[in-house]
Amino acid sequence: MTMGDAMNQADKPPPFQPPVVGKSGPAAVGIKLTEQQQRARRARSIAIAVSLGVLVVLFYLVTLVKGPGVLERPL
Amino acid sequence: MSVTLARVEPSIAGVGDYIELMKPRVMSLVVFTAFVGLVIAPGHLHPVIGLAALLCIAVGAGAAGALNMWYDADVDALMGRTAGRPIPAGRLAPGEALAFGLTLGIGSVVVLGLLVNATAAALLAVTIAFYVFVYTVWLKRATPQNIVIGGAAGALPPIIGWAAVTGGFAVEPTLLFLIIFFWTPPHFWALALYRTEDYARAGIPMLPVVAGDRETRRQILLYTLVLAPLGAAPWLLGYAGPVYGIVASLAGAAMIALALRVRAERGATANKHVASKQLFGFSILYLFLLFAMLLVDRMSGGLVGQVFGHFAA
Repeated sequence: MTMGDAMNQADKPPPFQPPVVGKSGPAAVGIKLTEQQQRARRARSIAIAVSLGVLVVLFYLVTLVKGPGVLERPL
Repeated sequence: MSVTLARVEPSIAGVGDYIELMKPRVMSLVVFTAFVGLVIAPGHLHPVIGLAALLCIAVGAGAAGALNMWYDADVDALMGRTAGRPIPAGRLAPGEALAFGLTLGIGSVVVLGLLVNATAAALLAVTIAFYVFVYTVWLKRATPQNIVIGGAAGALPPIIGWAAVTGGFAVEPTLLFLIIFFWTPPHFWALALYRTEDYARAGIPMLPVVAGDRETRRQILLYTLVLAPLGAAPWLLGYAGPVYGIVASLAGAAMIALALRVRAERGATANKHVASKQLFGFSILYLFLLFAMLLVDRMSGGLVGQVFGHFAA
């Protein structure tokens, strides 16, 4: 390894370490969610998923019912 | 230039808190009355489209409830009945409630307009806007007529249901509007009579706080005297059969009897509001009975009335 190579390596920033969210211990960086916050977030995420699923099914059914003229409606 | 970012605590709001934000008990009454408006309307609406309409109306009502709780969090915290709501109890941040209410409100109106029709969507938008801006923001803290005028928002759902089918208006759903409109004051003032201290502490000018116990009881009776014949009007005007007429007349008479008891109870202390509590409870049953009988009358194709008429003849 030449002197130039060694200097280039010394200039490089350290490899990126993504923050570990929701974990405890020395690796934890950023906001740490408590057990209660994690449970609440998971429940909210599931509720949002279910709501979106209901909307998808509803739009699909309405498309079937209305047929090709789904967007033709009286104003 | 330095920018300081406020630390936002991660939310602990559960799904139940968001459901509570939508006032599920009010929502159930809204959905039920809208359903009746939808069923009694002439014409045909595919069940899937009808379901979509009811879902949008329910979500729109929930949005109005959420925006109401967002705006009223300060006064809710001062009243025993409402202090446990998600925002004053600290389980849900005001911003979360505002975002939730706006999303549901805009979403429900847009989807109703796209899937059903523009008239129903416009009426839903008016209902939400009326409840939030006219009732919550303006009237509730300004005048004892708050629930009288604001009651129009709660009375609109049957008209929305009717418009979902027909795309227009008519006398019949307007009668249902008037029934709910005149039902609202006796219902809420009966509650306000035994929650007067709560409202006074929060600075809400409900009628018992501003005009006193005696005047409130008098006005409850006056509104009930208008309500009872209005309740029977769908039968008197030929929109419903005799079975509806009998039930509406008997239930109306019971409402008047209870309102008279409330009037006679004046001067009672806070723990002696027996008649007021009875009227509050029965008024819910009364409205449910009227709309349920309209539903039965229409879904049976007037069969119940015909059988009744046959035996009566």
